[in-house]
Amino acid sequence: METLHFTRPARAAEIQPALVGYVGSGDLEVMIEPLQGSQTEIHIQTSSPGSEIRWRQVIEQIEARISLPAMRMDIHDFAATPGVIRLRIEQAIELASAVEASA
Amino acid sequence: MTELTNTALNRTEQLGFIDLSARKRIESLLDSGSMRELLTPFDRLTSPWLEKQGIVPQFDDGVVIARGKLDDKPVVAAAIEGGFQGGSLGEVGGAKIAGILELAIEENRKGNPTAAVLMLETGGVRLQEANLGLAAIAEIQSAIVELRQYQPVIAVVTGPVGCFGGMSITAGLCSYLIITREGRLGLNGPQVIEQEAGVEEYDSRDRGLIWGLTGGIQRFATGLVDAFVDDDVSALATSVRDCLAAGVPTLHRSDDIASPLKRLQQFDTREQIDAQRARFTLTQGKTA
Repeated sequence: METLHFTRPARAAEIQPALVGYVGSGDLEVMIEPLQGSQTEIHIQTSSPGSEIRWRQVIEQIEARISLPAMRMDIHDFAATPGVIRLRIEQAIELASAVEASA
Repeated sequence: MTELTNTALNRTEQLGFIDLSARKRIESLLDSGSMRELLTPFDRLTSPWLEKQGIVPQFDDGVVIARGKLDDKPVVAAAIEGGFQGGSLGEVGGAKIAGILELAIEENRKGNPTAAVLMLETGGVRLQEANLGLAAIAEIQSAIVELRQYQPVIAVVTGPVGCFGGMSITAGLCSYLIITREGRLGLNGPQVIEQEAGVEEYDSRDRGLIWGLTGGIQRFATGLVDAFVDDDVSALATSVRDCLAAGVPTLHRSDDIASPLKRLQQFDTREQIDAQRARFTLTQGKTA
């Protein structure tokens, strides 16, 4: 198991707590909670060692598509592929941002 | 939208229960909008032992507990996430289930009838947490024995994991047990039995043998469970409501030991067991 931390610039936004996925084979759980300020903190626990570069690339790909809201994001990964990871993170952000859209 | 989808795909109204997550399972059975989860994932009550052993934890430790209503009557519910560590019960997850049952006991003592529904999808104790998991299962069992005097404790085993190990004893202690064709119930899992008894006696890859002995159809036919239902949310909800309406049984299955024990003692272990012989022994030929 490996623990990784990323801090990324983000925009201040009103979001709600969100949780998607579970820690099963090839899947992951993503939890989002609001964070004051203008950055996103990402805390990852992954069963795949040596995956820091891959995680960095996935996060960069998501940033290219979505402007990250300020949040704390916790990830428990159980050997998910980059495609599944991206899907879950985007799903969590969409759920967390639902309050923003309806406001 | 539902109507359109069903028409378009020419599907029946059936909604599978097995594919639902633990959280959705509780939500699907309780009265709409009545579910209130306790100790949610956002409380971050993870296993303190898995990380030390290099295993990724889950925020709810694979167990969801909630209060809610069934037919407008207060109930507590717990569901195990079979996909996380095989639905194994450790210190935290086990304490969550024991805690919600103890909460129901307190409510009953105060004069507020509160039943319990347990959705068991588990291989039993989490081996990485050993004695702490076993202690938690013992707490769950003693809570069930106390609670079932007041109100029904209803267990649901739908698969895909089934219910094994110490938690199969837990299931046996419940007032009512509901199973599907896909559900399995047994003390030891197939691989454990094969390892202990030898592949000649019990081949864990022989699916026909395994399902024939521990599958839902056999368990229902031999009277070890009370209801056999389809993998369908509304069928399960109806069955749970029926058990709730039936109230506290006059004789709990776990108090009726003499007659099944007598039947088991008549069994000749020199002959190879199969589904048919097991059924005959357990029913004395009086098949359902």
